[in-house]
Amino acid sequence: MNLHIDWGILWQESPTGDGPYWQLLLTGLQWTAATALSGWVIALIIGAVVGVVRTAPIRTLALLGDAYVEVFRNIPFLVQLFFWFFVLPEMLPKAAGDWMKQDMPRPEFITAAVGLGLFTAARVAEQVKSGILSLSRGQKNAGLALGLTLPQTYRHVLLPMAFRIVIPPLTSEFMNTFKNSAVALAIGLTELTFQMKQMVEYSNQVIITIFAVTVLYMVMALAVNRLMAWIERKARVPGMIAGGGK
Amino acid sequence: MHKLITLAAALTTAFAAQAHAEELTGTLKKIKDSGTIVVGVRDASQPFSYLIGNKQYVGYSVDLCNKLVDAVQKSLKLKTLEVVYQPVTSSTRIPLMQNGTIDLECGSTTNSMERQKQVAFGVNMFLVNVRTAVRADSGIKSIADLNGKAVVTTTGTTSDRYIKQHESGQKIDVKNLYGKDHDESFLMLETGRAAAFVMDDTLLFGKIANARNPKDFAVVGEVLSSEPYGIMLRKDDPQFKKLVDESLTKLYKSDEIQKIYSKWFTSPIPPKNINLNMPMSDKLKQQFANPTDKGV
Repeated sequence: MNLHIDWGILWQESPTGDGPYWQLLLTGLQWTAATALSGWVIALIIGAVVGVVRTAPIRTLALLGDAYVEVFRNIPFLVQLFFWFFVLPEMLPKAAGDWMKQDMPRPEFITAAVGLGLFTAARVAEQVKSGILSLSRGQKNAGLALGLTLPQTYRHVLLPMAFRIVIPPLTSEFMNTFKNSAVALAIGLTELTFQMKQMVEYSNQVIITIFAVTVLYMVMALAVNRLMAWIERKARVPGMIAGGGK
Repeated sequence: MHKLITLAAALTTAFAAQAHAEELTGTLKKIKDSGTIVVGVRDASQPFSYLIGNKQYVGYSVDLCNKLVDAVQKSLKLKTLEVVYQPVTSSTRIPLMQNGTIDLECGSTTNSMERQKQVAFGVNMFLVNVRTAVRADSGIKSIADLNGKAVVTTTGTTSDRYIKQHESGQKIDVKNLYGKDHDESFLMLETGRAAAFVMDDTLLFGKIANARNPKDFAVVGEVLSSEPYGIMLRKDDPQFKKLVDESLTKLYKSDEIQKIYSKWFTSPIPPKNINLNMPMSDKLKQQFANPTDKGV
């Protein structure tokens, strides 16, 4: 059995004219990071809002929030991406659909980032909701009794505690955005897994390519993990819930 | 004296045959010992190698491989030879060949110099041309018309590279899109995300024949590149390669190749009875007249 393992391949010129293979992987890494980070920003904003309204005493809003979470959590991410990329432009008025297909800048990237953001938002919303519900009801009542309005109670009493509680599960979601971004290769985003497939196809160095890409994903996930651990440490307030001293 | 020479010659032949039988190496030895030959096939490489129903692998390459299996059985003088069809994909075919899972690969594999570093190929069995499919009403007639337009290709090939390699394409700039598989690339052409789909002509003709309205699409423009397809073998296995090359050469020089070709490329093929209407190109005729295993 001859597996023909040649590490020098990473420095060899690729036949695509895009420079050596390591540069291919670097381009992929940049798109993966860009997609995951923009997706995460969108997910945090929408997820926080949806999570909060699901606990608010306004029934219609809470129901809308629940519906959002159920829809985006129950449909596989790949199907969602196909919907945004292939189905939505056909459902819109012709001019808007054509714009999405032909004139929108970087359509694969925007679709992937927004799609990933909306998908992850449902999961973030679930975490935020459970964070808020884990607080004792007395917290909210005490805030209102002090004369704070409901939004003020959320802003100054509930959310500071809830967000600190959910940092660990959010860390997992943040790491997942990097891993889930690989699905975007299905709509042709030239991210890391896409470049891995290209490199395997051109160089036939399956083992080295997959090894290199695995290491890159692990490094990204580890960086996120450490960043979130750092945020958790910095955000710690002694005496506050889940924020006790060391 | 004359008798002596005849005797010597007979003895030599007998010994050579003996030696040959004893010194089976590589794949032939493996096949003889196990009584099994494993043929790598593709699920959806119409019309080369694909699955119909849920069991049967058929296609142009599969027919050629079945001829090879017969030749192997004959040369090993086996009474029975079990044939196992092992599905492979474009990313698993080379590793599975190297680690001994499959003995022959009968799909749609380009015989390239890069791949020849890792595997061997039997004499080329087909020539595909990389061309461009467009919507018939788009007015695109040549590569030069693609300037500024979006062009899709399936992961693993780069339309940009082919277009730039082509002389008349050197002054144009296209936007590259990538489909995960040929169906998706074709969908991008169908929905208007891409103005053109650059791919092997057999695949383009196949997708168009399968489309809702085949008349809406056309294959136009220059041939961007020509690639030979080969049946893949394990590297450094001269005995097996010799047998494969000789059997294929014999087949190419007989009438039988015409029958196999027209069965798959100019007649209706299962499962939908679609006719690709692709007569044999002159280049392929030349290739069959002078078989070679040269890659690109």
